[in-house]
Amino acid sequence: MFKFVKYFSLIFFLISGNIVSSAENAEKLLTTDWTFKGPFGKFDRASLQRGYQVYQEVCASCHSLKYMSYRNLSEEGGPEFSVQEAKAIAANFEILDGPNPEGEMFTRPARLSDKFAMPYANEEEAKSANGGAYPPDMSVLVKARKGGADYVYSVLLGYEDPPVGMKLDDGVHYNKYMYGNKIKMPAPLSEGLVEYADGTTATEQQMAKDVVSFLMWTAEPHLEQRHKIGFRAIVYLIILSILVYFSMKKIWSRIETEV
Amino acid sequence: MSEHNYQPKSKFGKWFNDRLPLLTLANHLTDYPTPKNLNYWWTFGGILTFCLITQIITGLVLAMHYIAHADLAFSSVEHIMRDVNYGWLIRYIHANGASMFFLAVYIHIFRSLFYGSYKAPREIIWILGIMIYLLMMAAAFMGYVLPWGQMSFWGATVITNLFSAIPLVGESITTWLWGGYSVDNPTLTRFFTLHYLIPFLILGLVVLHIWALHVPGNNNPIGIDIKKPSKDTVSFHPYIVVKDLFALLLFLILFAFFVFYSPNVLGHADNYIEANPLVTPAHIVPEWYLLPFYAILRSIPDKLMGVIAMLSAILILAALPWLDTSKIRSAVFRPLYKQFYWILVLDVLILGYVGAMPAEGLYLLIARIGTAYYFAHFLIILPILGKVEKTLPLPMSISEPILGGSLNAEPARSKEDFQKL
Repeated sequence: MFKFVKYFSLIFFLISGNIVSSAENAEKLLTTDWTFKGPFGKFDRASLQRGYQVYQEVCASCHSLKYMSYRNLSEEGGPEFSVQEAKAIAANFEILDGPNPEGEMFTRPARLSDKFAMPYANEEEAKSANGGAYPPDMSVLVKARKGGADYVYSVLLGYEDPPVGMKLDDGVHYNKYMYGNKIKMPAPLSEGLVEYADGTTATEQQMAKDVVSFLMWTAEPHLEQRHKIGFRAIVYLIILSILVYFSMKKIWSRIETEV
Repeated sequence: MSEHNYQPKSKFGKWFNDRLPLLTLANHLTDYPTPKNLNYWWTFGGILTFCLITQIITGLVLAMHYIAHADLAFSSVEHIMRDVNYGWLIRYIHANGASMFFLAVYIHIFRSLFYGSYKAPREIIWILGIMIYLLMMAAAFMGYVLPWGQMSFWGATVITNLFSAIPLVGESITTWLWGGYSVDNPTLTRFFTLHYLIPFLILGLVVLHIWALHVPGNNNPIGIDIKKPSKDTVSFHPYIVVKDLFALLLFLILFAFFVFYSPNVLGHADNYIEANPLVTPAHIVPEWYLLPFYAILRSIPDKLMGVIAMLSAILILAALPWLDTSKIRSAVFRPLYKQFYWILVLDVLILGYVGAMPAEGLYLLIARIGTAYYFAHFLIILPILGKVEKTLPLPMSISEPILGGSLNAEPARSKEDFQKL
């Protein structure tokens, strides 16, 4: 029994070590005290609400969140704005709807059921407004980058002067953590760029932390539920294993063989 | 055997069983005499059955919400993750379930290699197993394409391009497979169809695999033939059932850990970027369970030879019962084979590691040595080893570990044995 567990875990760790070590880490990523990590990790509501503010005031002019709906803002496990607040937020945006009975397309204020308004009409417009680079949709951005939340956090804070001798084209910026170190997005954050309603000081680190937490939530809207169910499932499995173990011992005691 | 004498107790049972002997089958399955010394490595058969059923059930639910269209596949997966009730749970079980399935199948295969379960009279079980394994790889590969992320698209491009290595007709075959001139919507829809079909083919093969197993019965850690039923055996139910259940629960704890706490660690981050035919990812890497074969493919400089080597690496396993010339099944009594066995395990792990690395410099050299050794193990070491190895004396039976039973334990089955069955 224990020999089995020993070998099983040995093989398992060899395989998982294999996968983990295949991740190349050029530059050690910055990190912060994320509240959503670990088996009991939860989002910090206030941080998500501030993160939404940073997204809306700083990122949303170029980056879409096309899989998010305004209703998500008031759902459990997210920033948990009240339904009224979420409605008020939605009403700030104009959405293209139609055609109406006359066959005309029209704009109207967004409702809770609408997806987040897109900054550009299409990919071509987005590219032409951004020097040829397409600002990626941020709905699942955190999951779409090796290093996850730490990586996005690091890129936000990783703007530096290029090393001596490195020549950068116009509109290209140096970023310590970006893949290839070259990024077309200018440094998006600067001290005091947003004014937080709850009085939190808007340092670069604070804004980066808030907006990355918010993006972690947009990428994994059910993270809290997943952690909660996972804990219960594993406790249940452990208790059941113990019970079955003793049943097994009892049943096999009729035979002189060890299990 | 006992089930021939089996008579249902109730009148209706008798009436029914005379027309469709389902009760006889159930009786056979519960009474099935199993060696009592099976260790926990033997529990993976049950675990694999569980994995297959889990994949089929979660897959059915996913298929109700998924849209197999190049423009909609990615967003339909996000819809599942966000808006479908517990869609995230079902998808994470299905995605990690594939990895768990392969983890279990590798343990199952290497158990068979260690204890010589592929040898006479179990060659057909083994070959059916290899067929299941091949279908599993096809199903997993096509399943990985369905979310239509960057790694889906480029993985599909790389793998389907392998067919273009076939001389003369390769290009036409690739075009035919794609349903166009590149991986595109027709490729996605046919992959979805096949991905839906293959698990049921696997299920059919699993039935045959178990049927073929129930003819000679299980091998066991000592690898000697045993009388069935006898004091060396226990009935499948409750003894093996409860043990398999316990092992399954331990396995499920590991499974749950991945599903709930690191659901994306076994996948590739690039697959959360929607497929873009104009942007190639920096590294195109298959899922972890295909890496050793990917390393073999890339270790050969010629494309056609690489494809042949990769396919041979799997197909050579089907010839294993005849390549291994030793009559002794279990590595417990084969001191030399035991060492070569562990070297092979290490070799496969190393191949898996270099498969994830760029094919250049030292990695390429290691991949080449690893590939050469892999084939040498089956084509040179095993045939010779069976002839020259001095094996340890076998015990008479499981219950009486008295040595000197090598004659009784002659693994090849005599004609009378078959008649008795």
